[in-house]
Amino acid sequence: MSVTTSFPAPVLRAAGDSALIVELGDGIAQDLNAAVHRLDRRIADAGLPGIVETVPTYRSILVQFDPAVMAAEPLGQALLDLAAELTQAAAEPQLRWIVPVCFGGAHGEDLDDVARRSGLSAEEVVRLHCTADYRVYMLGFSPGFAYLGGLPEVLHQPRRENPRMVTPAGSVMQGGAQAAISPIAMPSGWHLLGRTPAKTFDLKREPPFLLAPGDRIRFTAISAAEFDRLEGLSGYLPDCETVTAPAALLQGAAA
Amino acid sequence: MTSHLRVVAAGPSSTLQDRGRIGYQRYGVSVAGAADPLLHAVANALVGNRPGEGAVEFTLAGDSIVVEGGPVRIAVAADAELTVDGEPVPAWTSLRLTDGQTLRIGALRSGMRGYWAVESGFALQPVLGSVATHIRSRMGGLDGSALKAGDRLPLALDQAADRGERCFDPSLLPARGGRLRVMLGPQQDYFTPAGIEAFLEEDYTVSHEADRMGCRLDGPVIEHARGFNITSDGIPLGAVQVPGTGRPIVLLADRQTTGGYPKIACVVGPDVAALAQMRPGERLRFTPVDATEAGRIQARHREMVDGLPALLQSAGGFALYDSGRLLGFNLIGGAVTGWD
Repeated sequence: MSVTTSFPAPVLRAAGDSALIVELGDGIAQDLNAAVHRLDRRIADAGLPGIVETVPTYRSILVQFDPAVMAAEPLGQALLDLAAELTQAAAEPQLRWIVPVCFGGAHGEDLDDVARRSGLSAEEVVRLHCTADYRVYMLGFSPGFAYLGGLPEVLHQPRRENPRMVTPAGSVMQGGAQAAISPIAMPSGWHLLGRTPAKTFDLKREPPFLLAPGDRIRFTAISAAEFDRLEGLSGYLPDCETVTAPAALLQGAAA
Repeated sequence: MTSHLRVVAAGPSSTLQDRGRIGYQRYGVSVAGAADPLLHAVANALVGNRPGEGAVEFTLAGDSIVVEGGPVRIAVAADAELTVDGEPVPAWTSLRLTDGQTLRIGALRSGMRGYWAVESGFALQPVLGSVATHIRSRMGGLDGSALKAGDRLPLALDQAADRGERCFDPSLLPARGGRLRVMLGPQQDYFTPAGIEAFLEEDYTVSHEADRMGCRLDGPVIEHARGFNITSDGIPLGAVQVPGTGRPIVLLADRQTTGGYPKIACVVGPDVAALAQMRPGERLRFTPVDATEAGRIQARHREMVDGLPALLQSAGGFALYDSGRLLGFNLIGGAVTGWD
C-alpha cells in the first residue's frame, strides 16, 4: 500500500525561459532526497512533451524544456500534479559499493589536519569513514562527482579557506557535512582524505558512470601497494552488494 | 587519404563547439556548446551545414589553418580580417580552399567570439553525444583541449564540390545593445528589495574575470536577505548567481551543473549570447521580462536561426561581385570557379 508524503507543498520556481525548478523542500535529508528521485522517475515515465533533460539534486529538480514544444505554464502545472501524487515507494533494493581507499599521506594530504581539527587521531578518522554508511544524494559539479551524505558529525568542518587548483582524480574528500568521490582532477576546497583506484567515471566504459543517486557507499582502507595494484588492473570495478532499504527510509517521509 | 586542416597558429582560445552535450547534466557533465549559437549557426549555414554541426569558436583572434588535401569549403562568421596565402578575402562568405592554401583569421574588430565552419564538419568521435569541447573536464574536440599549433583536424568531407559560394550580410543580425533581459528567480527571495532594485536599476560592467564558464560583473553590491548559501541545486544557462561578495556572476555554456549560491535571475537565452560577446569594461543593464515575453524573444530567435539559409545570397550576387580584392583572390587562388 502506498501513502502520501507529508512534505510541504511542492514549489515551482521559474529558472529562465527554458527551465523550471520543482522544489520538494530544503536541506539535506535522506527521505527528502529519495522523494526527489522518485519524482524524477515519475517525470521520465510520464513522457511529458518538450522536456529536454532533468537534473535531480538534494531537494529539487531542474527541468529543462523546449518552449517551442511546451509552454512553461502548462508544463509547470503538469509537474506540480506529478509531485502532488507522489507516493511512498515500496522497499527498493539498493546497491552498496565497497570502495577501497588509500587514506592519508600523498594520497590524502589533509587527513592529519582533519584529524587535528576533530581532536581525533588519523586512525580514528579513517575508522569513522570506513564504518559510516554513506548514501549518494546526487551527481553534480563535474562529471561523475558524487555527493555523499552520512559523514559522522564529529568530522563536520568548514571547507578549506584556499581551494586547491587541482585535486587528483579519484579523490575521496569531505567538506562541511558531506563527503564526496571526485573521479576527475578538479579545483576544490574540500579536504583530501585519500584516493580510490575505482574509476567511478570512465568514458571507455558503458555506461561511463558507476554510481547513481540512492546507491550506498562503504569505504574500506587499503595500502598504497594495493592501491597501485588495483589501479593497474584494466576494467577494475569495486565490489558491490544488494541491500534492502532501511525501514527508516520508508517511514521517514510520512513521519 | 582523409583531408585535414592543420593548425599553423591557434588563437588565444579556440575550441570546437556544437549545440552542447544534452542529457548528461544529471551526471555532473556540463553542457558546453557554442557561446553564441546564432553566429555559430551562420558559419554553418554558409557552408551548407545544419545549425548544430561542430564548428570552431575562437576568442578575440582567430586561427591560421592550412589545407592538407581538399578542396575544403570553409566560412568565417566574424568581424575580422582574413587572408588566404596573404591576400585579403572577405568574412561572412564561403570559400573553397585547395591543398596547401593557408587561411589566416585576424583579430576581431568587435565582439569576443567568432566562428569558422567547414562543409560537412569534422570527422571526430562525439563524446556523450557531442563534439563540444569542455576544457575543464577534458571532453570533446580533438583531445578535450583548445586548438594548438600542429593539431590536425580530420574532415568529414574529403573533397568539397565545386559550386556557387554563399554570403551573409551581417547587418541582418539582430542589434545587441547593453540591455540584457532577465526573468527573476529561481531564488529572488534570497535578496532584499534594495538588492533587487540595485540589480534592475543600476549599470553593471563586464569584468576581466570572464570566460566560457561565467562572466563576473562589476557594479553595485546586491544585498542578500538571508545568507548566500542554498542547498545546491541545478544551474540553468544564463543564471545570475550572487556569491557572498554581492557581485553577480552570469553562468554561461561551460557552467558547472549544480551550485550553492542563490540565483537572483536568469538571462533570457538569446541575450546570454549577447553577453558572451561583450568585452571587459562594457556596460550593461538588466531589464525584467515575464515568461510570456521571454517566450516571444525565444521564438523570434528560433525563427532567425531556422530562416538563416533563406537569408544567404549567392556570393556572386551583390556588393561582393565588384570587390577588387575578391577578384584578386580568385586570380591568386586559382579557384575562380567558386565565384561564378
